[in-house]
Amino acid sequence: MAEQYVAAVDQGTNSSRCILFDRRGRLVSVAQREHRQLFPRPGWVEHDAEEIWRNVARVVPAAIRQIGAAPSQVVAIGITNQRETSLLWDRRTGRPIGHAVVWQDTRTDRLVTELAGDDGADRFADLCGLPLTTYFSAPRIKWMLDHTPGLRQRAERGEILFGTMESWLIWNFTGGANGGLHATDVTNASRTMLMNIETLEWDDRLLEAFDVPRAILPEIRPSSGVFATATEVLPGVRIGAALGDQQAALFGQTCFSAGEAKCTYGTGSFLLLHTGQEIVRSKHGMLTTVAYQIGDQPASYALEGSMAVTGSLVQWFRDGLGMIHTAAEIETLARTVEDNGGAYIVPAFSGLFAPHWRSEARGVIAGLTGYITKGHLARAVLEATGFQTLEVVDAMNADSGIALTALKVDGGMTANNLLMQFLADLLDVRVVRPMVTETVSLGAAYAAGLAVGYWPDLEGLRSNWHRAGQWMPHMDPARRATEYANWQAAVQRTFNWIRTEDQEL
Amino acid sequence: MPGTVQSIERAAAVLRLLAAAPDGLGVADLGNALGLAKTTVHGILRTLHQVGFVEQDRSGAHYHLSDAFGRLGESYLDPNELRSRAINWADSLASRSGEVVRVGRLVEGKVEVVHHVFRPDDSDQDLDVGTTLPPHATALGKAVLAYDTSARPRTLEAYTTRTITDPVKLGEELATVRSRGWATEFEEHTVELGSIAAPIRGLGGLVVGAVGLTGRIERICDSRLRHRADLVTMVRATADAIARDLRDDT
Ligand SMILES: Nc1ncnc2c1ncn2[C@@H]1O[C@H](COP(=O)(O)OP(=O)(O)OP(=O)(O)O)[C@@H](O)[C@H]1O
Ligand SMILES: [Mg+2]
Repeated sequence: MAEQYVAAVDQGTNSSRCILFDRRGRLVSVAQREHRQLFPRPGWVEHDAEEIWRNVARVVPAAIRQIGAAPSQVVAIGITNQRETSLLWDRRTGRPIGHAVVWQDTRTDRLVTELAGDDGADRFADLCGLPLTTYFSAPRIKWMLDHTPGLRQRAERGEILFGTMESWLIWNFTGGANGGLHATDVTNASRTMLMNIETLEWDDRLLEAFDVPRAILPEIRPSSGVFATATEVLPGVRIGAALGDQQAALFGQTCFSAGEAKCTYGTGSFLLLHTGQEIVRSKHGMLTTVAYQIGDQPASYALEGSMAVTGSLVQWFRDGLGMIHTAAEIETLARTVEDNGGAYIVPAFSGLFAPHWRSEARGVIAGLTGYITKGHLARAVLEATGFQTLEVVDAMNADSGIALTALKVDGGMTANNLLMQFLADLLDVRVVRPMVTETVSLGAAYAAGLAVGYWPDLEGLRSNWHRAGQWMPHMDPARRATEYANWQAAVQRTFNWIRTEDQEL
Repeated sequence: MPGTVQSIERAAAVLRLLAAAPDGLGVADLGNALGLAKTTVHGILRTLHQVGFVEQDRSGAHYHLSDAFGRLGESYLDPNELRSRAINWADSLASRSGEVVRVGRLVEGKVEVVHHVFRPDDSDQDLDVGTTLPPHATALGKAVLAYDTSARPRTLEAYTTRTITDPVKLGEELATVRSRGWATEFEEHTVELGSIAAPIRGLGGLVVGAVGLTGRIERICDSRLRHRADLVTMVRATADAIARDLRDDT
């Protein structure tokens, strides 16, 4: 019998990928296509959802062709996606209403401040586990409905559908306007601010607070479980899973038990700690989120520390400043100097996420002197990811009461040895990279393969996990303390940059 | 007598014009100057861009010579970029073969380890990225040395009794590597260890490094002490996959 594979579709912020995995969880082929980042105004970030679907429809067959396989050798599709990016589309035509509004977009600044009112940003945290910030979908949906004439009325009449990217893909994979399935999963729904974190259902109190008509919302399903059989691109293949990229990475790192954690280093970076079936409320700026739900089993939860700008700071260094040609070259440039020379870059491009949650913060380069060269700035760019991780780990340790002893990492930035060593030094723990850095895709494949019986159980998946690399801490504790203190001082300087009167609607 | 290649003549003309235009030139400027159709100029520019000789400004409207063009003798592929491109495939090779995987490139007559993947048995291992290996005594080294005549080491130090120390024998061995497309090592660097490596070819066929696996002789070789054919196939497929990624986009 011909070898069988699971296809993971990773619809990310910058690109869409399709990766095939074999039964041992080994990557066998990859096809990838970038899509355009649209910046119509400062602080606004959009994607063209039709372009994204076209890309997905190309990378899936390309990945299969790469190894000369037949589509029938694919037993399931697992979908994973950039989270919180929000799209409205026309139920009848299947066409998007405008562009998708991306998770980094800050146009809802003002709206979020208004909604917080006197109750503060944690007004809805009991219900949904999340603070009010520009990051999540609900304020964005409200903004879209309020800023397109007649759209709210159409939404109320049931003519408009809302979805994050996995919903858009599932709908298109299953025929779009011709009978497409309108569904999401618990992990993606847990990022909207509209789902009740305990009941895992849309909550009327939240819908009312954000003025979101129930008619536009997709059905919430478990993350792992057959959603439907595809009719487009891979007709006849079952969609076995959908989950947000960070939750997928947690799954791909086989963090199946309470206390297990991982950090994924991509465009942004996200540390997730599995908390079992318990809903843990953070006192230190972590988010409460759904980790995954397998079939009709109870859901697992996680605490999350989100860093908005990590790999994208490297991209800015490359494209915005033109200092390097490829992201990886930053390591070469950084190695031309011994240290950061006293410079710190705090990339509060869209405010600061965890653990600060300051939407009004904006980035700074602190400690600039005439001594600073490109090399020092390259170091500062990489170190910014390290310091942000340390802040998040500190907060996570404070919440969980146990100190992390090793950090499991994955994502594109783990190819950077200088950064990985800096992380180990700064956190004073081992940093461990598994055999698959594309852990987001692996997790989606695992969840889909489980749903169709390609893999029998979680234990089997655990035995696929192997260490591919490891970095040990060496930094002198006094130096670590000074560096961290400098960083914290730099962070203070980002606060209160945007004053309310500057904001435009 | 073989003819000349027209597209190279045109590319040379484009390069001359760009070199003389500090503010860069657009596709139309070049087309007008050379009497060529826009699509032709566009194809030439895209290729020159891909090989790293020209760059586009932020708007994408103007092209100019890249600084890399003035430094053609230097390695054109950043080692960290090579690691980024290799990482998925090197991981896959390690988990498929069960052995240690390394990616290396030639720097000043030595093989620099650019990437290292642990043997997937979760035993204690240390990353040796950045360390160097002797090219004549390792499969990784022979896989790059075979394609770089300027880099032959002058003294061939012995690491074991099996290390090739005779330049003539090394020359023959490298010719074999070229004809087969892959290199081997049999206790030439470390007793009881064997290795298989293949060259990674970037744009235009340039060898930019090599990828290989290393393990105990009894796992790397069959009962007749020949390097296992299935492992050779895996290593070569890995080198090809990395090469495809390198050529795909930039
Ligand atoms: N060697 C490197 N050193 C530093 N940063 C790197 C390196 N390689 C990649 N990056 C950064 O990592 C990010 C890409 O990693 P990855 O593909 O995992 O990101 P991602 O978040 O999954 O992408 P997407 O946004 O499409 O989901 C980019 O932001 C890039 O700048
Ligand atoms: Mg991603």
